[in-house]
Amino acid sequence: MGMTITEKIFAAHCGKKRVVPGELVNAKLDLVMCHDVTTPPAVEMLEKRGMDRVWDPDRVVVTPDHFVPAKDILSAELHRSLDRWVKRHHIRHYYPLGRHGVCHAILPEKGHILPGEIIVGGDSHTCTYGAFGAFSAGIGSTDLAAALYAGELWFRVPETMKFTLNGAPPEGVYSKDIILEIIRRIGVDGARYMAMEYDGSTLSHLSMEARMTITNMAIEAGAKSGIIPADNVTEAYIRERRHDRPKYEVYHSDPDAKYVAHHTIDVAAMEPMVAFPNLPSNAHYIGDVRSDIGIDQAYIGSCTNGRIEDLRIAAAILKGRKVKARTMVVPATTAIWKQASDEGLFDIFYDAECVISTPTCGACLGGHMGVLAADEVCISTTNRNFVGRMGSPKAKVYLASPATVAASAIEGRIVDPRPYLTKRAAAE
Amino acid sequence: MRGRAHVYPRAHINTDEIIPARYLNVHSEAELAKHAMEDIDAEFVKRVQPGDIIIAGDDFGCGSSREHAVWALRGAKVSAVIANNFARIYFRNSINNGFPAIECQDIAQKVQTGDELEIDLKAGSITNVTRKETYTFVPMADFAVEIMQAGGLLEYVKAKA
Repeated sequence: MGMTITEKIFAAHCGKKRVVPGELVNAKLDLVMCHDVTTPPAVEMLEKRGMDRVWDPDRVVVTPDHFVPAKDILSAELHRSLDRWVKRHHIRHYYPLGRHGVCHAILPEKGHILPGEIIVGGDSHTCTYGAFGAFSAGIGSTDLAAALYAGELWFRVPETMKFTLNGAPPEGVYSKDIILEIIRRIGVDGARYMAMEYDGSTLSHLSMEARMTITNMAIEAGAKSGIIPADNVTEAYIRERRHDRPKYEVYHSDPDAKYVAHHTIDVAAMEPMVAFPNLPSNAHYIGDVRSDIGIDQAYIGSCTNGRIEDLRIAAAILKGRKVKARTMVVPATTAIWKQASDEGLFDIFYDAECVISTPTCGACLGGHMGVLAADEVCISTTNRNFVGRMGSPKAKVYLASPATVAASAIEGRIVDPRPYLTKRAAAE
Repeated sequence: MRGRAHVYPRAHINTDEIIPARYLNVHSEAELAKHAMEDIDAEFVKRVQPGDIIIAGDDFGCGSSREHAVWALRGAKVSAVIANNFARIYFRNSINNGFPAIECQDIAQKVQTGDELEIDLKAGSITNVTRKETYTFVPMADFAVEIMQAGGLLEYVKAKA
């Protein structure tokens, strides 16, 4: 019996020839991601037990991102505690304010993620890095403390669910729509404890940024990880960022690997999707969405859809138009912010009367920088629309692609972005 | 382990409901406890008493990786959560803290809020003292018991090092 890519990665990290789903293994870690909310408690746990060490400071990457810039005194204390710990242990890969970014955008951007690795992070969307053919999973603070101390962690080797994505995405359909369709089909716990593995002809049409949107939301289907095998797109992305030419292993699933289920998505026949409150699985085709859902806010940002490609998609629609709903644009990293500025996207957002923010997780998790009042409605490029996620528990959050969010911002109600794409193409 | 049940039969009770992110600027259990379950039941903290048990449906604790969800419940003196099943990060966090996460099918349909429950972790049984019924559950995996016996994951790791 063959192995999946995930099983091969685990076998290589625990010194075994093969592992099987359900097996408990102690695996060596290649990288640990730390941010401002879950790391300070982990550090306190280690200090309290006289275990204040970092097994390998060069395998730890740190960025404050959740409550930055500090939203209040207590979050400022979290940032100070993080900063002191970083300096105490001489952690080199540190992105403090001014060089910071939303963790799952900045780690790939700076070339920290490599195929075949095992990566954990104190954040549920750590599954994002699976876009590079790595195993990556979110963990809590105690696991994080153990990971930092020992450089290894126990795992139950997950079963794998396979998704074959077929065809080129039609105009107006993006990787966000694909993952919302997948979660609609299998539900928010449809892949609970599993790895979600992707293949199919659609992948060759998707950039690394677009792929990361898909693996980012694996957790929204309850999965442990999402994984896309590395290919020449992956290798080119890494080559651009790592001039030291690091070594890594590229794994592929065996033809006779075992899957718990196999879903096929006809991407070429898809249309834009919108997830209704209060679950990401509550997704509808845009053609089935009522035309009178008014919005108070549109939000473009987050680890899901705050990358340069997302900002370009939104800007192309907003160009020369004004928004009817309050619109937040939150570039995910400082480098993305600079690039958006250089490309003139900020002029478009400014002219459209959007708010442009410094990189932050901000309102995606109801922290600050655009939280919602009771009864307000927001359409957002983020990943969760749970009760209270973006502010008041009485607010309503709809999830969609940057294109759908931008088009909806212009009309002040949830709309299909495709007429905007066609009109623009016809005019130019 | 004995306490009164608080039944929330819904599936997918997520960490944003258990402890909203607006309170994540602290991690003291006592502070977090003031807001436990706030976005699903704002009255919960007024009613909860030491030892009480939360009963839920599928996929309890889905969403973010925040261990603050476990700390908020433990801070509120909840002694255990019993659900059909748990989201994976919450489950790990729970085990790592030695805080029981017990999987018992259809428990939310068998128990009503206010019922007095007694849990025997070793035997894998829950006695509903109010209704004079007993429910069984699959005892926790050996590794989970080992971590809990060590006093939590860090003690387990330290002992091994």
